[in-house]
Amino acid sequence: MRYLPQTPEDRQAMLAAIGARSVDELFVDVPREVQLDGPIRDLPMHAGEMAVEAHMKALAKRNHAAGDMPFFLGAGAYRHHVPASVDHIIQRGEFLTAYTPYQPEIAQGTLQTLFEFQTQVARLFGVDVANASMYDGSTACWEAIVMARRITKRGKAVLSSGLHPHYVSVCDTMARFTKDQLVYEAPTLDAVGDNEALLDQIDDETSCVVVQYPDILGRISDMSALAEKAHAHKALLIAVVTEPVALGAIKSPGEMDADIVVGEGQSLGVGLQFGGPYVGLFGCKQKYVRQMPGRLCGETVDAEGKRGFVLTLSTREQHIRREKATSNICTNSGLCALAFTAHMTLLGEKGLRELALLNHKKAVQVADRLNAIKGVSLLNDSFFNEFTLVLDQDARPIVRRLADQRILAGVSLGRLYPDDEKLAHGLLVAVTETSTDEEVEQLATALESQLS
Amino acid sequence: MNMLATGRPTKQEENLIMPDQTATETHTGNRALMVDEPLIFERGSVDRCGVDLPEAPVVENRLGAMDRSASIGLPGLSEAEAVRHYTRLSRQNYAIDVGLFPLGSCTMKHNPRLNEKMARLKGFADIHPLQPMESVQGALQTIYELADWLKKLTGMPAVAMSPKAGAHGELCGILAIRSALEARGDAREVILVPESAHGTNPATAAFAGYKVEDIPANDAGRVDLNALKARLGPDVAGVMITNPNTCGLFEPDMKAISDAVHDAGGLVYCDGANFNAIVGRVRPGDLGVDAMHINLHKTFSTPHGGGGPGSGPVVFSEALAPYAPLPFVEINDDGHYYLVEEETAEDHHESSFGRMVAFHGQMGMFTRALTYMLSHGADGLKQVSEDAVLNANYILRQLEDILDAPFAHSGPCMHEALFSDKGFSNELSTLDLAKGMIDEGYHPMTMYFPLVVHGAMLVEPTETESKAAIDEFIGAFRSVAKRAKAGDEDLKTAPHHAPRRRLDETLAARKPILVWKEPEEFAEAAE
Repeated sequence: MRYLPQTPEDRQAMLAAIGARSVDELFVDVPREVQLDGPIRDLPMHAGEMAVEAHMKALAKRNHAAGDMPFFLGAGAYRHHVPASVDHIIQRGEFLTAYTPYQPEIAQGTLQTLFEFQTQVARLFGVDVANASMYDGSTACWEAIVMARRITKRGKAVLSSGLHPHYVSVCDTMARFTKDQLVYEAPTLDAVGDNEALLDQIDDETSCVVVQYPDILGRISDMSALAEKAHAHKALLIAVVTEPVALGAIKSPGEMDADIVVGEGQSLGVGLQFGGPYVGLFGCKQKYVRQMPGRLCGETVDAEGKRGFVLTLSTREQHIRREKATSNICTNSGLCALAFTAHMTLLGEKGLRELALLNHKKAVQVADRLNAIKGVSLLNDSFFNEFTLVLDQDARPIVRRLADQRILAGVSLGRLYPDDEKLAHGLLVAVTETSTDEEVEQLATALESQLS
Repeated sequence: MNMLATGRPTKQEENLIMPDQTATETHTGNRALMVDEPLIFERGSVDRCGVDLPEAPVVENRLGAMDRSASIGLPGLSEAEAVRHYTRLSRQNYAIDVGLFPLGSCTMKHNPRLNEKMARLKGFADIHPLQPMESVQGALQTIYELADWLKKLTGMPAVAMSPKAGAHGELCGILAIRSALEARGDAREVILVPESAHGTNPATAAFAGYKVEDIPANDAGRVDLNALKARLGPDVAGVMITNPNTCGLFEPDMKAISDAVHDAGGLVYCDGANFNAIVGRVRPGDLGVDAMHINLHKTFSTPHGGGGPGSGPVVFSEALAPYAPLPFVEINDDGHYYLVEEETAEDHHESSFGRMVAFHGQMGMFTRALTYMLSHGADGLKQVSEDAVLNANYILRQLEDILDAPFAHSGPCMHEALFSDKGFSNELSTLDLAKGMIDEGYHPMTMYFPLVVHGAMLVEPTETESKAAIDEFIGAFRSVAKRAKAGDEDLKTAPHHAPRRRLDETLAARKPILVWKEPEEFAEAAE
């Protein structure tokens, strides 16, 4: 039991100091009948590092790791190369094993990195401020809708059909309990998206219109007209970014006058990890800062006048305001935020723009290559690093068969929208800097043989 | 001759250099290893880069004429500079790796590095959440095995794995309660929460659309059973109870509380933040609990990471199991694991209240927690709670003569010891004592929580401290407590030796500066 430093002698000496004969006496408040008389049955006993490692490695081996085969999945989680130094930095014990920085004099390391993170996120999104992270993109999206309700005092949110269906599901679950009204329809396979239709949905009852950018099918559209119409009706535009690397290539939502911008930050620094932990990004205009959920780090000075950082505006938060808080969130995604900010710092603006264009241009090449296959057509006019192919048949079995050949071809729309037969032929393909030409050729060849 | 603690002779006193309080200021303002680090916005530039990327192919953009042309303002650093930047910053942090972290209710125990190594196996770290299920059988099995451990450790029949942290788990539990009540056509309005509860409890109930009412505590720091019974009725959906509670005490009436709530048609949520006190020894399922979240980042040693990520699976009773959220991992007859998602929910899980999060939860935390559980085993986990409780009681009894311990008379505590600021003089407060502990080389205990005790100090040593480490901590605590009682003026300005002196939190809140601005831009904004 290598994590337990007390020796039997220590335990005896401590019991003697307490004045107890055995540790059982310390559990005197626990009724006898609910105390177990020994270790829980049906569970193994303690094990050494080698045995545990063998068990975990056997589990890991039963998975097809993305790096071991051609891999083209996205749909809200992207495989990017993470520089080795990012993992080194987040494994520093002083970051990894620190608590939430409530004692700022001995947490300036965490606090300064959060301040840098907030600034990077705000600039990337083109908004005034950002918070110190949320759980992930989907929960950040719902929190943004709740924030818009608080600001506008209205309960109708209009969701774009291009919003990630899991995000829609999360909002749908929550809205059922909070009695918010959500207006949403699943997407259709067209090249332009539904911004025109959304414009008609915005009225004086609307709290916000929620638009993913680029959207779930990879399409990029200008949100300016939506912002204008929303603002004319005193509603807010919420933009959702599930691939932040895109913002190295395309205009920020803030430039289109979005009021709240949320996103999934997993692309930078965090890795795939089967869906979590990820890092929710949350930014907004300055005038709404006091309605924001989550922790905020702010600059101040110490008693000697030196610059320092603290968690601030905590009167919005649950540990002060309890049931009147802006959110119930407490633990956020601090270490993933550190990974994000460290990766972003290594890239800098120059690197981010290069990375974004590399992703985009490779994706253009791959889209054209796959579009040339008989039985495949490219849906998108515009896209960043992910696009939708329309196959001449159901895409889902094809994805499964290619996986059996050790090619992870993309995400079928049938997986994301199982009830919508009109989408069954759709296949989302994401291309990042990690995809090689050989892997693209393997995918193309395999797809060709499936469709012929 | 004087001797050092190691038994070696000290230096002759006449040759000693006395500590110099008025040491010359250094040119840099730094003090040896204590080095200030500028912000990346002051050190880096937008054209500096710490990565080498391949050339992009030459093709026309297809960005829909949305190209980003304006400057973004993201400075970069070379790799060498970046590593140094973050390493220097890390040294301004206190952490478990650095020392004892007695933060009550937070369970800051040792974070084994084997956990980190296992989470980084490519078969866990480099798999996509939407890969075909055939290609991620090991990942699904991992979730299934961890779920099995959690069910057996709690004696509960079902568990939802997707909640992202403790408060998210609370939300999961409350939504299940609401779903169950609505399913029997009995939507109720009120959730009862003890005064001593974590702030997340009332915030969660409100976030899920409930009204929140307080339950008072009795003189022994426990839920007042009679007051609770008197308040129960047809409008009460349930209670949220923390057990062991936030005063560090077990609720001996827990079963009676559960029975009373059930008799009145409500359901019982238990905040599992303090599960470390009873893990392996008591199963919440035997206490009549209907839902409880488990903080993997507390009891099961996944790192806090400076504020997250956490993971908050929720175990459910038979009454609530049908309403648990999607997705779910199940196993079929031929040993094949699969996810119950929206698509298959109707066949397997028709009453589910739906999805709480994109994808399947905190896989990276699941691998760490399972690694930890396998390391300890059922026997080790039982020893965990026993040592955690032993350590806390030792601290309680070693300090109760010098610090007011409001509930010490009522018997042993569980895994954390609670003290108050009674007897401090010269207007010294809990905050001052906490800052004094910083100078002694410790992270302070939890301050001013629970709210039911004046100037509360909640000390949770956890099981991963040795007796020697705890004795040193007690020595430091006693010394600072004595100073607080004697009215030592110096404590009011502590810490004196940390990277920063006391920070002006009022200023930070009055004029929030939440992002860095160029100095000239900043000057304009201030005008």
